[in-house]
Amino acid sequence: MIVFDKVTKIYSDNSKALEKVSFEVGHGEFLSIVGQSGAGKSTLLKLILVEDEPSDGQVLFDKVNVHELPRRELPHLRRRIGCIFQDFRLLPDKTAFENISFAMEAAGRSDAEIEADVPHALDLVGLKQKIWSFPREMSGGEKQRVAIARAIVNQPDLIIADEPTGNLDPLNTFEIVQILKKINDLGTTVILTTHNKGVIDSLKKRVITLENGRITRDDEHGKYVL
Amino acid sequence: MRSGFIGFWRNGTVSLAAIFAMLITLSVVGALMVGNVFLSSFLETVKEKVDVTLYFTIDAQEPDILALKKSLETLPEVNRVEYVTREQALLAFRERHKDDAVMLAALEEVGGNPLRASLNIKAKELSQYESVSKFLEGDTALSPGGENIIEKVNYRQNKIVIERMNTILSYTRRVGATIALTLAIMSIMVTVNTISLALYTARDEISVMKLVGAGNNLVRGPFMMQGAMYGIVSAILAAALLYPATFWLGRSTESAFGGLNIFAYYVADFGRLFLSLLGLGIALGIVSSFVALSRYLKV
Repeated sequence: MIVFDKVTKIYSDNSKALEKVSFEVGHGEFLSIVGQSGAGKSTLLKLILVEDEPSDGQVLFDKVNVHELPRRELPHLRRRIGCIFQDFRLLPDKTAFENISFAMEAAGRSDAEIEADVPHALDLVGLKQKIWSFPREMSGGEKQRVAIARAIVNQPDLIIADEPTGNLDPLNTFEIVQILKKINDLGTTVILTTHNKGVIDSLKKRVITLENGRITRDDEHGKYVL
Repeated sequence: MRSGFIGFWRNGTVSLAAIFAMLITLSVVGALMVGNVFLSSFLETVKEKVDVTLYFTIDAQEPDILALKKSLETLPEVNRVEYVTREQALLAFRERHKDDAVMLAALEEVGGNPLRASLNIKAKELSQYESVSKFLEGDTALSPGGENIIEKVNYRQNKIVIERMNTILSYTRRVGATIALTLAIMSIMVTVNTISLALYTARDEISVMKLVGAGNNLVRGPFMMQGAMYGIVSAILAAALLYPATFWLGRSTESAFGGLNIFAYYVADFGRLFLSLLGLGIALGIVSSFVALSRYLKV
């Protein structure tokens, strides 16, 4: 589904974030990417979302080179990808309901679909009672669950989670990982970056280890090794 | 639409700043509009007071005068010609000097009617008095019956005054227009910048919107709606501000210049003024939001 083909990313100050990175992710896979800060994990995700351009190589999404898509096609690509970030990135002036419905509006869904699907998505992450709360009225774990609900509400083909548990306590971390696992079990491909050893060890799924922009390990049932 | 309205309320401080900046723009524009009407009417009054008068000889015959009046009226530069008969001139003279016993006594002394008939000529533009007077100096015009019936033309005396007036008026207009334009441009730039700043706080939000797959129009819509609402509120406030301002100005200018009362004009023409301010405010809000947004939409 996702193919990285000898992707290199060099930032303007000549630092290499990624160097000839190649790997493939199949449909329905749960891939974790581990590595220290600055190893290139976030850059890798940004390249999938076309938030950034590679210096060399190509990134394919269902056989399409995403960096050759015209700008107006980008929203269509992004609607097929659900994003979860370490800092949640909820819209601060919108309630939980509005944050999720915005992603549906963006995908051109009708009001009736929104009314029906938003509570359902919030139910899935166990936050139905917070539907009218603003992000500032929620705890970190709750915010992240709203973000997950937003990411899954359009039934995307791929979920990208960039250190989703980085700001959370162990209990919330565990719950978030369980939710991600549940999403994966329902058939959605998940790419997760983390440097949380516990998360990786409990998942027992494929792990790619990045070090200084290179892939150093790619284990089918990986453990956290650095 | 809905989310624009919600954003407007929830970003209270930012909205306030944008509204203030726009309020300044719209007040300036509104004041300029009222000021322009006032200036025009003032200039019109001044122009009205300028004319060229032809004085005829005592024994000039009325048909000759009327014939000359007719030929003058055919000139493209001439706005209107007023015929003052000797009798009317005498009446006017008596009226003007009714409290002046010496003058009236002098008039009695002379006996009969010593005053001359005259034609009062108003040109359409100040600059055209020159050519009207040239025409009058042409022989055929002055002597329709072969003999000269014109005693004197007061254009020569008025010439300097008219010319000075002409330069002053055109300068006033030009300087006024320059100041107005500068002020308008300045305040528009302030507004655009304030809205840019207001949107700066929303840039993270915009990038999140883009990342969840929103197209540019979906992101823009609410912000432009918000800009339009800034415009509407500012237009209402500006119109409200101009009310006491013109009221105060109206009283002082009316006594100074005679002519038009600004306040009366403002009240009478309120609908047109308000609609112009409203239209300008909405356009300004939408355009500046659009311009400011394009910077953040490149995610």
